[in-house]
Amino acid sequence: MTALFENLAALLIVPPLMPGIITKTKAAFGGRKGPPVLQPYYDLVKLMGKGAVYSRTTTRMFRLGPTLSLAAVVLAGLLVPLVRASALAFPGDAILFAYLLGLSRFATVAAALDAGSSFEGMGASREVAFSSFAEPSLMLAVAALARATGGFSLSGMFGGAIASSFGAGLVLIVGSLFFVLLAENSRIPVDDPATHLELTMIHEVMVLDHGGPDLAFILYGSSMKLLLWSSLLVRLLLPFVPGAEGWAVWSLGIAAVAVAIGVVESSMARLRLIRVPQFLVAAICAAAFAVMLTLK
Amino acid sequence: MGQFAQLLLVAAVFLSFALLGTASLSGCVGLLAMQGYCLSLLPIFIHRGGLEPRAFLLAAGMAALKGWLVPRVLTHAIREVKIRREVEPLVGYVPSLIIGVVIVGLSVVLAARLPVSGEARSGLLVPVSLATMMMGLFMTVSRLKALTQVIGYLVFENGIYLFGLLVSRDMPWLLEMGVLLDVFVAVFIMGIVIHHISREFDSIHTDRLTQLKE
Repeated sequence: MTALFENLAALLIVPPLMPGIITKTKAAFGGRKGPPVLQPYYDLVKLMGKGAVYSRTTTRMFRLGPTLSLAAVVLAGLLVPLVRASALAFPGDAILFAYLLGLSRFATVAAALDAGSSFEGMGASREVAFSSFAEPSLMLAVAALARATGGFSLSGMFGGAIASSFGAGLVLIVGSLFFVLLAENSRIPVDDPATHLELTMIHEVMVLDHGGPDLAFILYGSSMKLLLWSSLLVRLLLPFVPGAEGWAVWSLGIAAVAVAIGVVESSMARLRLIRVPQFLVAAICAAAFAVMLTLK
Repeated sequence: MGQFAQLLLVAAVFLSFALLGTASLSGCVGLLAMQGYCLSLLPIFIHRGGLEPRAFLLAAGMAALKGWLVPRVLTHAIREVKIRREVEPLVGYVPSLIIGVVIVGLSVVLAARLPVSGEARSGLLVPVSLATMMMGLFMTVSRLKALTQVIGYLVFENGIYLFGLLVSRDMPWLLEMGVLLDVFVAVFIMGIVIHHISREFDSIHTDRLTQLKE
Protein backbone atom coordinates (compact mmCIF):
# COMPACT_ATOMS: atom_id res chain seq x y z
CA MET A 1 0.00 0.00 0.00
CA THR A 2 2.82 2.39 0.83
CA ALA A 3 4.27 1.68 -2.61
CA LEU A 4 1.06 2.99 -4.14
CA PHE A 5 1.19 6.21 -2.11
CA GLU A 6 4.89 6.74 -2.73
CA ASN A 7 4.35 6.34 -6.48
CA LEU A 8 1.33 8.63 -6.34
CA ALA A 9 3.35 11.29 -4.53
CA ALA A 10 6.11 11.05 -7.12
CA LEU A 11 3.57 11.14 -9.94
CA LEU A 12 1.76 14.22 -8.66
CA ILE A 13 4.61 16.31 -7.22
CA VAL A 14 7.69 15.72 -9.37
CA PRO A 15 6.49 16.37 -12.99
CA PRO A 16 6.95 20.18 -13.24
CA LEU A 17 10.56 19.76 -12.10
CA MET A 18 11.52 18.13 -15.40
CA PRO A 19 10.79 21.08 -17.72
CA GLY A 20 12.50 23.26 -15.10
CA ILE A 21 15.69 21.20 -15.26
CA ILE A 22 15.58 21.09 -19.06
CA THR A 23 15.25 24.87 -19.29
CA LYS A 24 18.08 25.32 -16.80
CA THR A 25 20.34 22.99 -18.82
CA LYS A 26 19.57 24.85 -22.02
CA ALA A 27 20.26 28.18 -20.30
CA ALA A 28 23.60 26.85 -19.01
CA PHE A 29 24.52 25.83 -22.56
CA GLY A 30 23.58 29.26 -23.82
CA GLY A 31 25.70 30.94 -21.15
CA ARG A 32 22.62 32.38 -19.45
CA LYS A 33 21.36 32.03 -15.91
CA GLY A 34 17.86 30.95 -16.86
CA PRO A 35 14.65 30.90 -14.81
CA PRO A 36 14.67 29.05 -11.45
CA VAL A 37 14.15 25.29 -11.58
CA LEU A 38 10.85 25.69 -9.74
CA GLN A 39 9.49 28.17 -12.30
CA PRO A 40 6.98 25.68 -13.83
CA TYR A 41 5.34 25.34 -10.38
CA TYR A 42 4.92 29.12 -10.11
CA ASP A 43 3.46 29.18 -13.63
CA LEU A 44 0.96 26.47 -12.71
CA VAL A 45 -0.12 28.29 -9.53
CA LYS A 46 -0.50 31.53 -11.47
CA LEU A 47 -2.56 29.86 -14.21
CA MET A 48 -4.81 28.10 -11.70
CA GLY A 49 -5.69 31.46 -10.18
CA LYS A 50 -6.86 32.88 -13.49
CA GLY A 51 -10.22 32.63 -15.15
CA ALA A 52 -10.73 31.05 -18.57
CA VAL A 53 -12.16 32.64 -21.68
CA TYR A 54 -14.10 30.45 -24.11
CA SER A 55 -14.87 31.33 -27.68
CA ARG A 56 -18.58 31.13 -28.65
CA THR A 57 -17.73 28.74 -31.52
CA THR A 58 -16.42 26.07 -29.15
CA THR A 59 -18.51 23.23 -27.75
CA ARG A 60 -18.30 21.06 -24.66
CA MET A 61 -15.42 19.08 -26.20
CA PHE A 62 -13.15 22.09 -25.94
CA ARG A 63 -13.72 22.33 -22.18
CA LEU A 64 -13.54 18.58 -21.69
CA GLY A 65 -10.24 18.22 -23.58
CA PRO A 66 -7.67 19.35 -20.98
CA THR A 67 -9.39 17.54 -18.10
CA LEU A 68 -9.79 14.28 -19.98
CA SER A 69 -6.24 14.47 -21.22
CA LEU A 70 -4.82 15.01 -17.73
CA ALA A 71 -7.02 12.27 -16.24
CA ALA A 72 -5.85 9.75 -18.84
CA VAL A 73 -2.20 10.59 -18.17
CA VAL A 74 -2.65 10.24 -14.39
CA LEU A 75 -4.31 6.87 -14.91
CA ALA A 76 -1.46 5.79 -17.20
CA GLY A 77 0.96 6.97 -14.52
CA LEU A 78 -0.50 4.53 -12.02
CA LEU A 79 0.62 1.64 -14.24
CA VAL A 80 4.19 2.82 -14.73
CA PRO A 81 6.99 1.75 -12.37
CA LEU A 82 8.15 4.98 -10.75
CA VAL A 83 9.96 4.97 -7.40
CA ARG A 84 8.49 1.55 -6.64
CA ALA A 85 6.98 -1.13 -8.83
CA SER A 86 3.41 -0.18 -9.69
CA ALA A 87 0.92 -1.47 -7.13
CA LEU A 88 -1.79 -1.76 -9.78
CA ALA A 89 0.31 -3.78 -12.23
CA PHE A 90 -1.39 -6.61 -14.08
CA PRO A 91 -0.33 -8.72 -17.09
CA GLY A 92 -0.85 -6.73 -20.26
CA ASP A 93 -0.97 -3.30 -18.66
CA ALA A 94 1.56 -2.09 -21.23
CA ILE A 95 -1.22 -2.11 -23.82
CA LEU A 96 -3.57 -0.18 -21.52
CA PHE A 97 -0.71 2.29 -20.95
CA ALA A 98 -0.31 2.85 -24.70
CA TYR A 99 -4.06 3.31 -25.17
CA LEU A 100 -4.40 5.69 -22.22
CA LEU A 101 -1.71 7.87 -23.73
CA GLY A 102 -3.61 7.59 -27.01
CA LEU A 103 -6.83 8.68 -25.28
CA SER A 104 -5.02 11.65 -23.77
CA ARG A 105 -3.74 12.63 -27.20
CA PHE A 106 -7.19 12.17 -28.71
CA ALA A 107 -8.70 14.53 -26.12
CA THR A 108 -6.12 17.23 -26.90
CA VAL A 109 -6.55 16.79 -30.65
CA ALA A 110 -10.35 16.84 -30.47
CA ALA A 111 -10.28 20.01 -28.36
CA ALA A 112 -7.86 21.59 -30.84
CA LEU A 113 -10.13 20.75 -33.78
CA ASP A 114 -13.11 22.05 -31.84
CA ALA A 115 -11.54 25.51 -31.62
CA GLY A 116 -12.02 25.78 -35.37
CA SER A 117 -8.72 27.53 -36.03
CA SER A 118 -6.81 26.43 -39.11
CA PHE A 119 -3.47 26.52 -37.29
CA GLU A 120 -4.76 24.22 -34.59
CA GLY A 121 -6.13 21.84 -37.20
CA MET A 122 -2.68 21.72 -38.77
CA GLY A 123 -1.06 20.99 -35.42
CA ALA A 124 -3.64 18.30 -34.72
CA SER A 125 -3.01 16.55 -38.02
CA ARG A 126 0.76 16.59 -37.45
CA GLU A 127 0.46 15.33 -33.91
CA VAL A 128 -1.67 12.39 -35.00
CA ALA A 129 0.53 11.58 -38.00
CA PHE A 130 3.75 11.53 -35.98
CA SER A 131 2.29 9.59 -33.08
CA SER A 132 1.23 6.86 -35.51
CA PHE A 133 4.95 6.49 -36.25
CA ALA A 134 5.90 6.63 -32.58
CA GLU A 135 3.52 3.98 -31.29
CA PRO A 136 4.90 0.97 -33.20
CA SER A 137 8.31 1.43 -31.61
CA LEU A 138 6.80 1.46 -28.12
CA MET A 139 4.89 -1.73 -28.86
CA LEU A 140 7.94 -3.41 -30.44
CA ALA A 141 10.16 -2.38 -27.51
CA VAL A 142 7.57 -3.78 -25.10
CA ALA A 143 7.42 -7.00 -27.12
CA ALA A 144 11.21 -7.36 -26.98
CA LEU A 145 11.25 -6.69 -23.24
CA ALA A 146 8.41 -9.13 -22.59
CA ARG A 147 10.30 -11.79 -24.46
CA ALA A 148 13.59 -11.04 -22.70
CA THR A 149 12.24 -10.85 -19.15
CA GLY A 150 9.25 -13.16 -19.33
CA GLY A 151 7.12 -10.50 -17.61
CA PHE A 152 3.92 -9.13 -19.10
CA SER A 153 3.35 -6.07 -16.92
CA LEU A 154 5.29 -2.83 -17.21
CA SER A 155 6.69 -3.27 -13.70
CA GLY A 156 7.88 -6.76 -14.60
CA MET A 157 9.50 -5.76 -17.87
CA PHE A 158 11.12 -2.58 -16.66
CA GLY A 159 12.61 -2.34 -13.18
CA GLY A 160 16.01 -3.83 -13.85
CA ALA A 161 14.79 -7.40 -14.27
CA ILE A 162 16.50 -7.52 -17.62
CA ALA A 163 19.37 -9.97 -17.97
CA SER A 164 22.81 -8.55 -18.57
CA SER A 165 23.25 -10.98 -21.46
CA PHE A 166 20.83 -8.79 -23.38
CA GLY A 167 23.44 -6.03 -23.75
CA ALA A 168 23.16 -5.18 -27.43
CA GLY A 169 19.38 -5.40 -27.42
CA LEU A 170 19.18 -3.19 -24.35
CA VAL A 171 21.18 -0.47 -26.13
CA LEU A 172 18.76 -0.65 -29.05
CA ILE A 173 15.68 -0.45 -26.82
CA VAL A 174 17.06 2.47 -24.80
CA GLY A 175 17.90 4.31 -28.03
CA SER A 176 14.49 3.61 -29.54
CA LEU A 177 12.59 4.63 -26.41
CA PHE A 178 14.62 7.84 -26.12
CA PHE A 179 13.71 8.74 -29.72
CA VAL A 180 10.06 8.07 -28.95
CA LEU A 181 10.32 10.08 -25.73
CA LEU A 182 11.56 13.08 -27.71
CA ALA A 183 8.78 12.68 -30.28
CA GLU A 184 5.92 11.99 -27.87
CA ASN A 185 6.79 14.91 -25.64
CA SER A 186 7.37 17.29 -28.56
CA ARG A 187 11.01 17.92 -27.75
CA ILE A 188 13.51 19.33 -30.17
CA PRO A 189 14.46 17.10 -33.09
CA VAL A 190 10.73 16.67 -33.72
CA ASP A 191 9.08 19.80 -32.34
CA ASP A 192 10.41 22.93 -30.69
CA PRO A 193 8.54 23.74 -27.46
CA ALA A 194 10.05 27.25 -27.37
CA THR A 195 9.05 28.29 -30.87
CA HIS A 196 6.51 31.01 -31.50
CA LEU A 197 5.87 30.38 -35.17
CA GLU A 198 2.54 28.63 -35.61
CA LEU A 199 3.49 27.14 -38.98
CA THR A 200 6.22 24.96 -37.51
CA MET A 201 4.73 24.05 -34.16
CA ILE A 202 3.08 20.75 -33.40
CA HIS A 203 2.02 20.38 -29.80
CA GLU A 204 2.17 24.03 -28.77
CA VAL A 205 -0.04 25.15 -31.62
CA MET A 206 -2.85 22.83 -30.55
CA VAL A 207 -3.24 24.48 -27.17
CA LEU A 208 -3.08 28.11 -28.30
CA ASP A 209 -6.74 28.75 -27.51
CA HIS A 210 -6.65 27.35 -24.01
CA GLY A 211 -6.08 29.65 -21.07
CA GLY A 212 -6.15 29.75 -17.29
CA PRO A 213 -6.80 26.46 -15.46
CA ASP A 214 -7.23 24.63 -18.80
CA LEU A 215 -3.72 25.62 -19.85
CA ALA A 216 -2.43 24.68 -16.40
CA PHE A 217 -3.97 21.21 -16.82
CA ILE A 218 -2.34 20.86 -20.23
CA LEU A 219 1.10 21.96 -19.03
CA TYR A 220 0.85 19.74 -15.97
CA GLY A 221 -0.33 16.79 -18.08
CA SER A 222 2.45 17.17 -20.63
CA SER A 223 5.13 17.39 -17.95
CA MET A 224 3.62 14.30 -16.31
CA LYS A 225 3.80 12.46 -19.63
CA LEU A 226 7.45 13.46 -19.88
CA LEU A 227 8.01 12.06 -16.39
CA LEU A 228 6.35 8.75 -17.30
CA TRP A 229 8.51 8.22 -20.35
CA SER A 230 11.65 9.24 -18.46
CA SER A 231 10.75 6.88 -15.65
CA LEU A 232 10.43 4.02 -18.14
CA LEU A 233 13.94 4.80 -19.39
CA VAL A 234 15.31 5.05 -15.85
CA ARG A 235 13.67 1.78 -14.83
CA LEU A 236 15.12 0.07 -17.89
CA LEU A 237 18.63 0.78 -16.62
CA LEU A 238 18.35 1.02 -12.82
CA PRO A 239 16.81 -1.65 -10.57
CA PHE A 240 14.34 -0.90 -7.76
CA VAL A 241 16.07 -0.05 -4.48
CA PRO A 242 14.10 -0.33 -1.23
CA GLY A 243 13.87 2.47 1.32
CA ALA A 244 14.92 6.10 1.00
CA GLU A 245 17.80 5.19 -1.33
CA GLY A 246 15.15 4.18 -3.85
CA TRP A 247 13.97 7.79 -3.98
CA ALA A 248 17.53 9.05 -4.38
CA VAL A 249 18.34 6.61 -7.20
CA TRP A 250 15.10 7.33 -9.02
CA SER A 251 15.34 11.13 -8.70
CA LEU A 252 18.95 11.13 -9.87
CA GLY A 253 17.94 9.00 -12.86
CA ILE A 254 15.07 11.32 -13.75
CA ALA A 255 17.31 14.38 -13.41
CA ALA A 256 19.89 12.69 -15.64
CA VAL A 257 17.25 12.08 -18.33
CA ALA A 258 16.13 15.72 -18.09
CA VAL A 259 19.72 16.92 -18.48
CA ALA A 260 20.19 14.55 -21.44
CA ILE A 261 17.10 16.06 -23.11
CA GLY A 262 18.46 19.52 -22.40
CA VAL A 263 21.79 18.61 -24.00
CA VAL A 264 20.04 17.20 -27.08
CA GLU A 265 17.95 20.34 -27.35
CA SER A 266 20.97 22.60 -27.04
CA SER A 267 23.09 20.74 -29.56
CA MET A 268 20.56 19.93 -32.27
CA ALA A 269 18.30 21.88 -34.58
CA ARG A 270 14.72 20.90 -35.23
CA LEU A 271 14.37 18.45 -38.13
CA ARG A 272 12.49 19.51 -41.21
CA LEU A 273 8.92 18.21 -40.96
CA ILE A 274 9.35 15.78 -43.84
CA ARG A 275 12.41 14.27 -42.13
CA VAL A 276 10.56 13.54 -38.89
CA PRO A 277 8.89 10.29 -40.08
CA GLN A 278 12.33 9.06 -41.14
CA PHE A 279 13.67 9.74 -37.64
CA LEU A 280 10.77 7.81 -36.14
CA VAL A 281 11.07 4.95 -38.62
CA ALA A 282 14.69 4.67 -37.48
CA ALA A 283 13.37 4.22 -33.93
CA ILE A 284 11.00 1.51 -35.22
CA CYS A 285 13.93 -0.19 -36.98
CA ALA A 286 15.93 -0.21 -33.75
CA ALA A 287 13.04 -1.69 -31.77
CA ALA A 288 12.29 -4.26 -34.48
CA PHE A 289 15.94 -5.29 -34.48
CA ALA A 290 15.81 -5.69 -30.69
CA VAL A 291 12.80 -8.00 -31.09
CA MET A 292 14.74 -10.07 -33.60
CA LEU A 293 17.67 -10.31 -31.20
CA THR A 294 15.39 -11.71 -28.50
CA LEU A 295 13.77 -14.18 -30.89
CA LYS A 296 17.10 -15.72 -31.78
CA MET B 1 31.29 -14.15 -28.39
CA GLY B 2 31.79 -11.29 -25.97
CA GLN B 3 29.36 -8.50 -25.15
CA PHE B 4 31.51 -5.94 -26.90
CA ALA B 5 31.66 -7.91 -30.14
CA GLN B 6 27.87 -8.18 -30.06
CA LEU B 7 27.59 -4.44 -29.56
CA LEU B 8 29.92 -3.83 -32.51
CA LEU B 9 27.80 -6.08 -34.72
CA VAL B 10 24.60 -4.30 -33.74
CA ALA B 11 26.29 -0.97 -34.39
CA ALA B 12 27.30 -2.22 -37.84
CA VAL B 13 23.71 -3.12 -38.70
CA PHE B 14 22.47 0.19 -37.36
CA LEU B 15 25.01 2.05 -39.48
CA SER B 16 23.71 0.16 -42.51
CA PHE B 17 20.22 1.38 -41.63
CA ALA B 18 21.54 4.92 -41.33
CA LEU B 19 23.21 4.56 -44.74
CA LEU B 20 19.87 3.51 -46.24
CA GLY B 21 18.25 6.63 -44.85
CA THR B 22 20.90 9.26 -45.52
CA ALA B 23 20.66 11.61 -48.47
CA SER B 24 23.88 13.57 -48.18
CA LEU B 25 26.86 11.91 -49.82
CA SER B 26 29.46 13.08 -47.33
CA GLY B 27 27.17 11.82 -44.55
CA CYS B 28 27.11 8.44 -46.29
CA VAL B 29 30.90 8.36 -46.47
CA GLY B 30 31.19 9.23 -42.78
CA LEU B 31 28.80 6.42 -41.88
CA LEU B 32 30.73 4.01 -44.08
CA ALA B 33 33.96 4.98 -42.31
CA MET B 34 32.33 4.39 -38.93
CA GLN B 35 31.11 0.99 -40.08
CA GLY B 36 34.63 0.25 -41.29
CA TYR B 37 36.12 1.05 -37.87
CA CYS B 38 33.45 -1.05 -36.12
CA LEU B 39 34.20 -4.03 -38.32
CA SER B 40 37.95 -3.62 -38.07
CA LEU B 41 37.76 -3.95 -34.26
CA LEU B 42 35.87 -7.23 -34.55
CA PRO B 43 38.74 -9.69 -35.21
CA ILE B 44 40.19 -8.77 -31.79
CA PHE B 45 37.02 -9.40 -29.84
CA ILE B 46 35.22 -12.04 -31.81
CA HIS B 47 36.91 -15.17 -30.48
CA ARG B 48 37.11 -16.18 -26.88
CA GLY B 49 40.52 -16.88 -25.44
CA GLY B 50 43.88 -15.23 -25.80
CA LEU B 51 44.57 -12.18 -27.87
CA GLU B 52 46.62 -13.02 -30.91
CA PRO B 53 49.10 -10.67 -32.56
CA ARG B 54 47.72 -11.81 -35.88
CA ALA B 55 44.23 -10.53 -34.99
CA PHE B 56 45.70 -7.16 -34.07
CA LEU B 57 47.53 -6.92 -37.37
CA LEU B 58 44.34 -7.80 -39.22
CA ALA B 59 42.43 -5.17 -37.25
CA ALA B 60 45.02 -2.50 -37.94
CA GLY B 61 44.99 -3.33 -41.64
CA MET B 62 41.20 -3.23 -41.83
CA ALA B 63 41.01 0.05 -39.89
CA ALA B 64 43.54 1.68 -42.17
CA LEU B 65 41.75 0.43 -45.25
CA LYS B 66 38.02 0.51 -44.43
CA GLY B 67 38.08 3.34 -41.95
CA TRP B 68 40.69 5.63 -43.48
CA LEU B 69 41.74 4.95 -47.07
CA VAL B 70 38.42 4.10 -48.72
CA PRO B 71 36.47 7.01 -47.15
CA ARG B 72 39.32 9.34 -48.08
CA VAL B 73 39.20 8.26 -51.69
CA LEU B 74 35.41 8.65 -51.69
CA THR B 75 35.60 12.11 -50.14
CA HIS B 76 38.10 13.03 -52.80
CA ALA B 77 35.71 11.74 -55.46
CA ILE B 78 32.84 13.78 -54.00
CA ARG B 79 34.93 16.92 -54.05
CA GLU B 80 35.96 16.16 -57.62
CA VAL B 81 32.45 15.71 -59.03
CA LYS B 82 30.68 18.28 -56.86
CA ILE B 83 27.60 16.18 -56.08
CA ARG B 84 26.23 16.79 -52.62
CA ARG B 85 23.24 14.50 -52.31
CA GLU B 86 21.42 11.65 -53.95
CA VAL B 87 18.61 13.54 -55.65
CA GLU B 88 16.02 10.91 -56.37
CA PRO B 89 16.67 7.31 -55.35
CA LEU B 90 14.54 4.67 -57.07
CA VAL B 91 13.13 3.68 -53.67
CA GLY B 92 12.44 6.46 -51.15
CA TYR B 93 14.27 6.69 -47.85
CA VAL B 94 11.47 5.60 -45.52
CA PRO B 95 10.49 2.62 -47.73
CA SER B 96 14.14 1.60 -47.93
CA LEU B 97 14.39 1.68 -44.13
CA ILE B 98 11.36 -0.58 -43.91
CA ILE B 99 12.84 -2.89 -46.52
CA GLY B 100 15.98 -2.88 -44.36
CA VAL B 101 13.97 -4.19 -41.40
CA VAL B 102 12.51 -6.92 -43.62
CA ILE B 103 16.02 -7.81 -44.78
CA VAL B 104 17.25 -8.13 -41.20
CA GLY B 105 14.31 -10.36 -40.33
CA LEU B 106 14.93 -12.48 -43.40
CA SER B 107 18.60 -12.87 -42.59
CA VAL B 108 17.84 -13.94 -39.01
CA VAL B 109 15.53 -16.64 -40.38
CA LEU B 110 18.06 -17.65 -43.05
CA ALA B 111 20.93 -17.78 -40.56
CA ALA B 112 18.96 -20.13 -38.32
CA ARG B 113 18.63 -22.59 -41.22
CA LEU B 114 22.18 -22.31 -42.47
CA PRO B 115 24.29 -25.37 -41.62
CA VAL B 116 27.15 -23.65 -39.79
CA SER B 117 28.97 -25.20 -36.88
CA GLY B 118 29.52 -24.52 -33.19
CA GLU B 119 30.27 -21.00 -32.13
CA ALA B 120 28.81 -19.42 -35.24
CA ARG B 121 25.38 -20.97 -34.70
CA SER B 122 24.57 -19.12 -31.51
CA GLY B 123 26.17 -15.78 -32.31
CA LEU B 124 24.97 -12.77 -34.20
CA LEU B 125 27.75 -12.96 -36.74
CA VAL B 126 25.96 -14.92 -39.48
CA PRO B 127 22.66 -12.97 -39.46
CA VAL B 128 24.50 -9.66 -39.30
CA SER B 129 26.79 -10.56 -42.19
CA LEU B 130 23.83 -11.72 -44.30
CA ALA B 131 21.88 -8.57 -43.46
CA THR B 132 24.85 -6.32 -44.27
CA MET B 133 25.36 -8.05 -47.62
CA MET B 134 21.70 -7.77 -48.58
CA MET B 135 21.41 -4.15 -47.49
CA GLY B 136 24.52 -3.29 -49.47
CA LEU B 137 23.14 -5.00 -52.56
CA PHE B 138 19.81 -3.27 -52.08
CA MET B 139 21.57 0.08 -51.86
CA THR B 140 23.51 -0.69 -55.03
CA VAL B 141 20.38 -1.42 -57.05
CA SER B 142 18.12 1.27 -55.60
CA ARG B 143 20.36 4.33 -55.96
CA LEU B 144 21.10 6.21 -59.14
CA LYS B 145 24.36 8.00 -58.44
CA ALA B 146 27.52 6.03 -59.18
CA LEU B 147 29.00 7.08 -55.85
CA THR B 148 26.14 5.76 -53.76
CA GLN B 149 26.24 2.58 -55.78
CA VAL B 150 29.90 2.20 -54.92
CA ILE B 151 29.09 2.80 -51.26
CA GLY B 152 26.43 0.10 -51.49
CA TYR B 153 28.96 -2.24 -53.01
CA LEU B 154 31.39 -1.50 -50.17
CA VAL B 155 28.69 -2.28 -47.59
CA PHE B 156 28.07 -5.56 -49.42
CA GLU B 157 31.79 -6.23 -49.28
CA ASN B 158 31.76 -5.50 -45.51
CA GLY B 159 29.16 -8.26 -45.18
CA ILE B 160 31.43 -10.70 -46.99
CA TYR B 161 34.28 -9.74 -44.69
CA LEU B 162 32.05 -10.47 -41.68
CA PHE B 163 31.28 -13.90 -43.07
CA GLY B 164 34.99 -14.47 -43.50
CA LEU B 165 35.55 -13.65 -39.82
CA LEU B 166 33.83 -16.96 -38.98
CA VAL B 167 36.93 -18.81 -40.06
CA SER B 168 39.54 -16.22 -39.10
CA ARG B 169 40.88 -18.51 -36.36
CA ASP B 170 41.22 -21.64 -38.47
CA MET B 171 42.11 -20.14 -41.81
CA PRO B 172 43.58 -16.70 -41.21
CA TRP B 173 45.07 -16.54 -44.69
CA LEU B 174 41.56 -16.61 -46.15
CA LEU B 175 40.75 -13.33 -44.45
CA GLU B 176 44.09 -11.84 -45.31
CA MET B 177 43.43 -12.65 -48.93
CA GLY B 178 40.13 -10.88 -48.43
CA VAL B 179 41.97 -7.78 -47.23
CA LEU B 180 44.14 -7.91 -50.31
CA LEU B 181 41.04 -8.23 -52.46
CA ASP B 182 39.71 -5.15 -50.67
CA VAL B 183 42.74 -3.13 -51.62
CA PHE B 184 42.36 -4.28 -55.19
CA VAL B 185 38.66 -3.43 -55.26
CA ALA B 186 39.25 -0.08 -53.59
CA VAL B 187 41.84 1.01 -56.11
CA PHE B 188 40.16 -0.57 -59.10
CA ILE B 189 36.56 0.49 -58.57
CA MET B 190 37.38 3.95 -57.29
CA GLY B 191 39.75 4.53 -60.18
CA ILE B 192 37.14 3.58 -62.74
CA VAL B 193 34.35 5.48 -61.03
CA ILE B 194 36.27 8.66 -60.54
CA HIS B 195 37.64 8.48 -64.04
CA HIS B 196 34.18 7.99 -65.54
CA ILE B 197 32.51 10.64 -63.47
CA SER B 198 35.16 13.24 -64.00
CA ARG B 199 35.17 12.48 -67.73
CA GLU B 200 31.43 12.99 -67.85
CA PHE B 201 31.60 16.22 -65.93
CA ASP B 202 34.71 17.59 -67.59
CA SER B 203 32.81 19.05 -70.51
CA ILE B 204 30.62 21.03 -68.17
CA HIS B 205 33.60 22.39 -66.33
CA THR B 206 35.33 23.52 -69.50
CA ASP B 207 32.12 25.11 -70.68
CA ARG B 208 32.00 27.17 -67.55
CA LEU B 209 35.63 28.05 -67.90
CA THR B 210 35.18 29.37 -71.45
CA GLN B 211 32.21 31.37 -70.30
CA LEU B 212 34.32 32.88 -67.57
CA LYS B 213 37.00 33.82 -70.07
CA GLU B 214 34.57 35.71 -72.21
